[in-house]
Amino acid sequence: MGGRWIDRLGTAAVAAVPLLVLIAFFLYPVGGMVARGFWPGGSFHPGGVWDVLERSRVHRVLWFTVWTAGLATALAVVLGVPVAFVLHRLSFPGQGLLRTLIVVPFVMPTVVAGVAFRELIAASGPLGGLHLDGTPTAIVAALVFFNVSVVVRTVGSFWEGLDRRTEEAAAALGASPLRVFGTITLPALLPSIASAASVVFLFCSTSFGIVLTLGGLRYANVETEIYQLTTQELDLQGAAALSVLQIVVITGLLVLSHRARRGSPALSRQARPGRRPRWRDTAVIAWSFLVVAMLMTPLATLVEESLRSPDGWTLANYRALQTTGSDDALLVTASSALRNSFVIAVQAAGIALVLGVIVSYLVSRRPRTGAARRLTGLFDGVFMLPLGVSAVTLGFGFLITLDRPPLDLRTSELLIPIAQAMVALPLVVRTVAPVLTSIDPRQREAAASLGAGPLRVLAVVDLPHAWRAVLASIGFAFAVSLGEFGATSFLARDDSPTLPVVIYDLIGHPGAANFGMAMAGSVVLAAATGAAMLMVDRFRVASVGAF
Amino acid sequence: MRTRKNRQRLLQLAAITATGALVLSGCGSSSADTANGKVLTIATHDSWAMSKSVMAEFKAETGITVRIAKNGDVGELTNKLVLTKGDPIADGVFGIDNTFATRAIDEGVLARYTPLIAPASLRQFELTGNGQSYLTPIDYGDVCINLDDTWFAKHKIAEPKTLDDLVDPKYKGLMVTPAATTSSPGLAFLLATIGHYGPTGWKAYWEKLLDNGVKIDAGWTDAYEVDFTAGGGHGDRPIVLSYSSSPPFTVPKGGTKPTTSALLGTCFRQIEYAGVLKGAKNPQAMQKFISFMINKQFQAALPDNMYVYPADTSVALPADWSTWAPVSPDPISVSPADITKNRTQWLDEWRDLTTR
Repeated sequence: MGGRWIDRLGTAAVAAVPLLVLIAFFLYPVGGMVARGFWPGGSFHPGGVWDVLERSRVHRVLWFTVWTAGLATALAVVLGVPVAFVLHRLSFPGQGLLRTLIVVPFVMPTVVAGVAFRELIAASGPLGGLHLDGTPTAIVAALVFFNVSVVVRTVGSFWEGLDRRTEEAAAALGASPLRVFGTITLPALLPSIASAASVVFLFCSTSFGIVLTLGGLRYANVETEIYQLTTQELDLQGAAALSVLQIVVITGLLVLSHRARRGSPALSRQARPGRRPRWRDTAVIAWSFLVVAMLMTPLATLVEESLRSPDGWTLANYRALQTTGSDDALLVTASSALRNSFVIAVQAAGIALVLGVIVSYLVSRRPRTGAARRLTGLFDGVFMLPLGVSAVTLGFGFLITLDRPPLDLRTSELLIPIAQAMVALPLVVRTVAPVLTSIDPRQREAAASLGAGPLRVLAVVDLPHAWRAVLASIGFAFAVSLGEFGATSFLARDDSPTLPVVIYDLIGHPGAANFGMAMAGSVVLAAATGAAMLMVDRFRVASVGAF
Repeated sequence: MRTRKNRQRLLQLAAITATGALVLSGCGSSSADTANGKVLTIATHDSWAMSKSVMAEFKAETGITVRIAKNGDVGELTNKLVLTKGDPIADGVFGIDNTFATRAIDEGVLARYTPLIAPASLRQFELTGNGQSYLTPIDYGDVCINLDDTWFAKHKIAEPKTLDDLVDPKYKGLMVTPAATTSSPGLAFLLATIGHYGPTGWKAYWEKLLDNGVKIDAGWTDAYEVDFTAGGGHGDRPIVLSYSSSPPFTVPKGGTKPTTSALLGTCFRQIEYAGVLKGAKNPQAMQKFISFMINKQFQAALPDNMYVYPADTSVALPADWSTWAPVSPDPISVSPADITKNRTQWLDEWRDLTTR
């Protein structure tokens, strides 16, 4: 019996590593910041925080957050589900490229996408006639732009593995395609749709850059309100109240998403190839092309702006990336910022990978007792939290908590990679864990009973199944951290900024040349993240970008 | 036997990953250099820019390496310093302006320091009261309404001249400004209207501005680069809130004259200060840097790098600045103490007005 205890101790020790990192670099900083609101001036005054929730402005902010995120989620589902079918159940040339293109918006830095959107819908832009600028419609459209891919990937990867025999049987018995979809496919897809929707709602309700650039000041959601209260008004009680509320809501959504996932069958490892498109697929295919075109329009605007100067078409903006901008707008050249971004993204992907694989390994084990199962679920959920907590609260939390040994890291070069790794970690877990879960535990048991040690079991059973997912998750984490802006921008930045930060600096400086250079930098960034995602797609792992 | 070995392996694996994480979290700090006084960290805002040759001059003179830490806009910068009071994120600060100076001083973020030798013209920019012993003025800039002269000429509409003109229906839907709550020039414009129309009259003025279709963006970039007719995005509004130093940047290639101009009767003056942080590891180095910032070389480099005017007014401006970027002869002012006292209330009232 003693052996089981050692076993548990070993598991606990392995679990402790990512947990300690999460506590040190996420829970502790966020907790430190929230505590400042509850203990104003050093004494405990929770009443002040609750009073905040009675402000009429806070009610308006909450309502705006809920309805924009809800509407954006509904639209993302309506737009995304047919695309999921076309990209994951059919098979046609160019499909791989479409699958890649659709994920590019998800990994785009919000600051770049924000400007691209405004260029598009400003009164003088190509869509100026629609008068969308400064309206909530523009915000919802941008939220949809960012999140359609989540629906497509989540529902698509699930759809790919769905047993087709029931559908085929229904069709053989004479049910029309629409009826088959309504009575068999849709009910089967519901768990994955619910999972995708709750994650999209989470992303939308915590969106920062988009609401700030497109909402101006007229519209604020919880996230931009926290930013306002913290950076401008130093109203830490207000910020703490909203942060706590955010954490509560997000925990609820994560539980919902977790429940939805649990009800669904395990990911099938060998997805069957899709069938050739038929004539009756024309409508959904047209729909999908329309959606992809809609997603590409803001990107096309960027490319166009990057090739323009006051004197006409030019490549000068791209050549300027070797410089520090006109009037030395930057401390370093844009190309060296790109190098920094690469180095930081590699470090962040490395950290996220090590931690993510450990977490995935642990959550993919199927404990026998109910208590252990709940513990595993909690463990899984806690690592999803960074997806939904205000980057402002985290960034300021870093500053006020990581200032003494052993965590004296405020000036450390590793701070940004660590912060980005916290953002990428949930994505790694959601990519790798489903693949590990799909492995029949009896294979591991068989290997173990034949005398293989835990490491050897990992090497001969888990690795052959999971290596593609692991490689794909590295690429995905790399792409996400390449474009990460929120958390990075709140940390003290020194003379080695990342490319998104440099782009933000450039558009903040006057002069058409700097603006053009920012657009060129954005195109390079989008191309780099796109290339990373293209490589990821080579591994054909369905769970990338799925939740 | 076999299983015991497996468990040992599992524990080993745990130990290895734990050590790895510790190594990761332990390295990368550079406290040794700071202790030797060789590295000076300066917290500043996102608009910091200075030519390499000027910064190299400081290193050559003193042997000190300067590390610049950009920390968002002025508000974010000031609030970060307040939150990290006692264990500051830097040795000194540059860029706190007259709209946030008294908050930093009242919160006890700064250590007293006044350079012994300073140009005479600095005095007119100093804070009044006890503030002057904490912060040294380095530069100033005027936030003013800018016009696209080409647009007004082309549409044969007379240009507005004053704040009053901006609410004239003739200019309906033509103006864009960044928000006071999210942008420091936006706040400066709100203060200009408060300074001009008084602590009660400004609200009526803003109601008229809103009725006249003023567009309010999140930041200066959005307003100038996307919505302004003469900005990078070729927008559709020819009246924008920007700086008195913006026009020289609109001189077309091959042209001799800017296509925009600033309305000098609408300006609010922002003065930027530098100071030593209380509890800094390396206060002497920051003191040296403050003296360096008020010498002729650094002051002369300010316009081209940060689009601001040197606080040492005896320093010559670049040629196109002296012609096309005059400062306001009579800027609108609100006292820093009044700003600190009323900022939250003004911003709340302004936000209620504009988000109705």
